[in-house]
Amino acid sequence: MTVVSPPRTGVGPVAPVDADRRRNRLPGSRIGYAYVLPFFLVFLAFSVYPWIDTAWVSLHDTRLSTYHQSSFIGLENYRNLFTNQFFWNAFRNTITIGIISTVPQLCMALGIAHLLNYQLRGRTFFRVAILMPYATSLAAATVIFAELFNPHVGIINWVLTSLHLPAVDWQGAKWPSQIAVSSIVTWRWTGYNALIYLAGMQAISSDLYEAAAMDGAGRWAQFRNVTLPGLRPTILFTIVVSTIGAAQLFGEPLLYHNGLADGGTSNQYQTLGLLMYQQGWVNDRLGLASATAWTMFLIIVAAVSVNVLLARRRERLEGGRRLRAASMAVMAPEVTQR
Amino acid sequence: MRRTTTNRRRPVASLVALAATGAIVLAGCGGNGSSANTAAPADAGPCGTTADTTLTVGLFGTFGFKEAGLWDAYKKVCPNITIKEDVVEQSADYWTRLKTRLASGSGLDDVQAIEIGFVADVVQNHADQFVNWNTVPNAAADKAEFFPWKWQLASSTDGKSTVGLGTDIGPEAICYRSDLLKQAGLPSDPATLAKKWKTWDDFIAFGKQYEASSTKPSGSHFVDSAASVFSTAVYQGKNAYADDQGQADVANSDGVQTAWNYASQAATEGITAGLGQFSPEWNKAFSSGAFATLACPTWMMGYIQGQAGDAYAGKWDIAPVLPGGATNWGGSWLGVPSAAKNKAAGIALVEWLSAQGQQVKMWHDGGHFPSNSDAAAAPAVSTAKSDYFSNAPVGQIFGDISSQMKIPPIGLYDTQIQQAFTTQLTNVETKGTSPDDAFNAALDQIKQITG
Repeated sequence: MTVVSPPRTGVGPVAPVDADRRRNRLPGSRIGYAYVLPFFLVFLAFSVYPWIDTAWVSLHDTRLSTYHQSSFIGLENYRNLFTNQFFWNAFRNTITIGIISTVPQLCMALGIAHLLNYQLRGRTFFRVAILMPYATSLAAATVIFAELFNPHVGIINWVLTSLHLPAVDWQGAKWPSQIAVSSIVTWRWTGYNALIYLAGMQAISSDLYEAAAMDGAGRWAQFRNVTLPGLRPTILFTIVVSTIGAAQLFGEPLLYHNGLADGGTSNQYQTLGLLMYQQGWVNDRLGLASATAWTMFLIIVAAVSVNVLLARRRERLEGGRRLRAASMAVMAPEVTQR
Repeated sequence: MRRTTTNRRRPVASLVALAATGAIVLAGCGGNGSSANTAAPADAGPCGTTADTTLTVGLFGTFGFKEAGLWDAYKKVCPNITIKEDVVEQSADYWTRLKTRLASGSGLDDVQAIEIGFVADVVQNHADQFVNWNTVPNAAADKAEFFPWKWQLASSTDGKSTVGLGTDIGPEAICYRSDLLKQAGLPSDPATLAKKWKTWDDFIAFGKQYEASSTKPSGSHFVDSAASVFSTAVYQGKNAYADDQGQADVANSDGVQTAWNYASQAATEGITAGLGQFSPEWNKAFSSGAFATLACPTWMMGYIQGQAGDAYAGKWDIAPVLPGGATNWGGSWLGVPSAAKNKAAGIALVEWLSAQGQQVKMWHDGGHFPSNSDAAAAPAVSTAKSDYFSNAPVGQIFGDISSQMKIPPIGLYDTQIQQAFTTQLTNVETKGTSPDDAFNAALDQIKQITG
C-alpha cells in the first residue's frame, strides 16, 4: 500500500477525489456482497460443508448405524478402492457408457441444429418437439425404455426376431445393456444440446455465410468453415457439461435394473455414481462411499481440465493461424493497390 | 430378500397407503402439538398418560393398522390419545432415516417399527436407545405372548435387552398354480403334493417331471426362481448368514452350503423361470403362467392376489408343506425409543397392538400372521380359509408351520448378503454362469458389504 501510494503533498487536489470515489464505491460494493450473500450461505451449507465433511468421512471406517464409533483409518478407504475390482469395473463402465452416449448425442444435436437453422415451415413446432424428451421425467423415460429393451417381451427384440435377426439380451449382456442405457441418455439430451447449438448458430453473423456463398462454398463447406469455427465455444461448453453429466450418470442405470444399485447382475452397467450409492446406502459403508465420491470429483476435474486444455491449445494454434491470415488480408489490399 | 417383504408388500395396498399418507398430512396440519410428558407417573392408567397426547408412529410400507381400523378402535380405548402415522414407503429408506435419527438423537417417533431385515442391527448397535421390554412393568406378560424365537430375534444374545414387541411373522408354504400342474399331467391336490414335496430333492425331482411334460404350457417353468429355493433353504440351516453371536459368517454356514447346492441345482436343471423376484416381469408371471410354484410366506398370498387378479381366483392353491422343513420369511416389531417424547403412552400402544385381539384382527383384515402365539392358535385364525386360494385352510396350514419353525440367528447384513447370492443365482439361470464362478462372485460382493 505504502509503496504505491503517491506522495500526497504533490498531488493535493487529486487525493480528495480519490477518497471521495472510495467512499462512494464502498457502499455500492457492500450492497453487491449482500446480494450474493444468500447464494454463498446456501453454497456454504450445502456444497462446501458437505464437500469437506465428505473428505473427512472418507478417512474413517464409517457406517451410518455406528456413526459415533467410526475410527480414523487414514487413506485406507482409497487404498481399498484402488485395489477393488468393483471400482475399476465401474470406472470403465462410466467411460464406455459416457462415450457411447455423449459422442452420438452431440453429433446428432449438431446435425439437428443445423437443419433447424434453415427457414423451415413449422420451425417452432420442431424446436419445441426436440426439447420434449428433456422435459420428460427421467423415471418415466427409463421405465419405458426398460420395457422396450426387455429381452423377453420388449418390442425391440420382437422387431429383431420378426426380421429373422437374433434376439439380443439387452439386460444381461454387457455391451447391449450399456448401449440400452446410453440410448436413454442420448434420447433425453440430444434435443437440449441441439437447442444450445441452435442458439450458438444464430449468433453467427449472416454476412459470413453470404461471403462464403459468394466464394462458392456449398452448404457442407459453409457448415465446416463457418458454422463449426463459430460454434467452437458452444461446443466446448456442451462437451464439458456432457462430460460432467456422463461422469455422474446414476438414475438411468439405477432404474434400468428396477431400482437395484448393482447395475445388472454382473455389474455390467454399474457406473461410479451407482457404485457410490451401493457402497453408502445399500452396504452402509459411508467411509468407502465418501472416498468414491472424492475420487469421482477428482476424475471429473481432471476430465474437464483435459477438455479445456485441449481446446485452449487448439485455439492458440488456430488463433495464430487466424492472426497470420488476418494480417495477410490486411496487407493484401495494400499490395494490390500498389 | 427379507427387505422386500415390506418393500413390496401388497402393491395393491400402495394406493391405499398413498391415500393414507395424504390423510396423515392433513391430520398433521390440523393436529396440535403433543403435551410432552416423558416420565409418566405409575398411576397414569392403561394409556400411559391422562393428558391429551398425539402419538407419532413411524412405519414403512403398509402395516395395515389404520386400514384394519385399529387406530379408531384405540381412540375408543384411550380417547385422550391421537395417533399420527409417519410412513416411508420403502423399508430400506425407512431404515436409513431411522439410522440418521438414532445417530443424531433427534426426530424419533414415539413408536418406531423394526423389520427383520435390520432388527439385528438395532439389537447389536442401538439397544440402549430403545425401551427394554424386559424392564417394563408388564414385561413377564408381554414375553409370554410371543413365539419364543420371535422374542429372541429382538433380544440380545444374553436375553437381557429386547428392543421391540412382535407384530407379524411370515411362516412359509408353497403356493402353486393347480391348473398348470394339471395341464402337465401331474398331481395337483394339496394333500398329495404335501407328501411329494417333503424335501428339496423331491421338489426338484418333481420339477424335472414338470419340465419334461409334453402337455405343460410352452415357456412355463416349475419354480419362479432359484432365489425362491435359496432364500428359503438358507434359513432352514442351523446358521444362515451369521454365526451364533450374530456376526456375518458365510464360510462356515451349513444353511448357505445346502441352499446353494439346491438352488444352483434347480438353476442348472432348468426348472426355474429365471425371473428376478419382485421385478416387473416376475409380477406379470403370476397371471401369465411363466412359473407354476413359488415359496410363499403368508404375506405373499396378498401379493399374488394383487398381481394375478380376480381372474385367477381358484387357479392358485397352497400346499401345506415347505420342502426341507418349516421356516420364516419376514415380519416386524414395534419399539419405543428411549428418547421418545411420550414413552409411557408409546409402550401402552405397542402392548395393546401386540395383544391377541388386535393381532387376530390384523390377520383377518390384512393377512398379517400373528407373532402372538395365542392369537395364532385362536379359532378366528386357525379356521381361516382363503377363497382365492381354492378355499385352502390357510389358518391351519400356516398355524402348523409356525408351530414347527426353527429360526437360525440373524445378522447385521442378512439382506445384502442374500441379495448378493440371489443376484449370482440369476446369472446361473439366465447366462449359464457356472455355479462355482457365481458362488465366488457372490463372495467377492459380500466382502464389499462386510468390509
